[in-house]
Amino acid sequence: MKVLLGIGGSDDSIRALEHVVERSVDVGDELTVAIVENPQSERSRDEIEDIAKGVLSEAGLSAPIRHVEGHAGSELVDIADRESFDEIALGGGQTSPMGKINVGSIAEFVLLNAKTSVRLVR
Amino acid sequence: MNAPDRFPEPVAAEFPAPPRTVEDKEGNSIHLRAYDEAEASRDALRTMYDAFDPEDRAQGIPPSRPSKLRDWLDRILDPDCLNVLAWEGDDVVGHATLVPENGVDSPYELAIFILQSHQGRGIGTVLMEAVLGYGAERGVSRVWLTVERWNHVAVSLYENIGFETTDTESFELEMAIRLQIEEATAET
Repeated sequence: MKVLLGIGGSDDSIRALEHVVERSVDVGDELTVAIVENPQSERSRDEIEDIAKGVLSEAGLSAPIRHVEGHAGSELVDIADRESFDEIALGGGQTSPMGKINVGSIAEFVLLNAKTSVRLVR
Repeated sequence: MNAPDRFPEPVAAEFPAPPRTVEDKEGNSIHLRAYDEAEASRDALRTMYDAFDPEDRAQGIPPSRPSKLRDWLDRILDPDCLNVLAWEGDDVVGHATLVPENGVDSPYELAIFILQSHQGRGIGTVLMEAVLGYGAERGVSRVWLTVERWNHVAVSLYENIGFETTDTESFELEMAIRLQIEEATAET
């Protein structure tokens, strides 16, 4: 399966990265990592790329890492559509101080607009 | 997900602090009391959440798995947090909590849960007033929450109390209120 993983640098996107890489190794998915804009994230693009490279090499998985500019949600949906991905994977939301799950705006946009399946990683 | 960037400027009216006894719409006496850290109180609260209908969970809380529920109660019953319980006799039938983001000077996140068997009796409103009164008494001036936008009963309860919507961009509606506190305890 061709999987497009969008990460913007929030903690839940890093968890998604770890989970999806591990799963790709297990089932032989063809993974592409897309680093997207997330104004909420405190990590820089370079930091995110370093983390992604680290997780991939530790898992022994080779996957292209792309930098995606512009509106994260619509770019992911567009790339998945044009390049025939089977699934878009994303972080499944952050938790508030008391533990409520809050789904991010990127995930919301992708859920409502994608023609592919969407995986939200918790 | 953190506290809103801004809070409403108008300060809400004063709310009656606990302890307080009120009559619900069915004529039962409901006692509103701040959580006293007694083991019996924690057990009674735990019993309420064990009986809680999963359908009334909001954004993943209260967790249903027993070990997760215990962790969550540990988190929100921490001395930094402010909790008010609604008692009917020896049973807890409602619970409201205020959880600070990082320390006592930060905004507090609010959540409220009423046992299904006791919904529709006006307990939510008096419990909200009690927890906000308790918060103001302790110097909390900024309170916020998120609520699923389809949960009209909850949204109108919060609006009637004086919450204003601060963010409509997300799945969940974000609402906030500014409380009236004593100058001596005012946040800087």
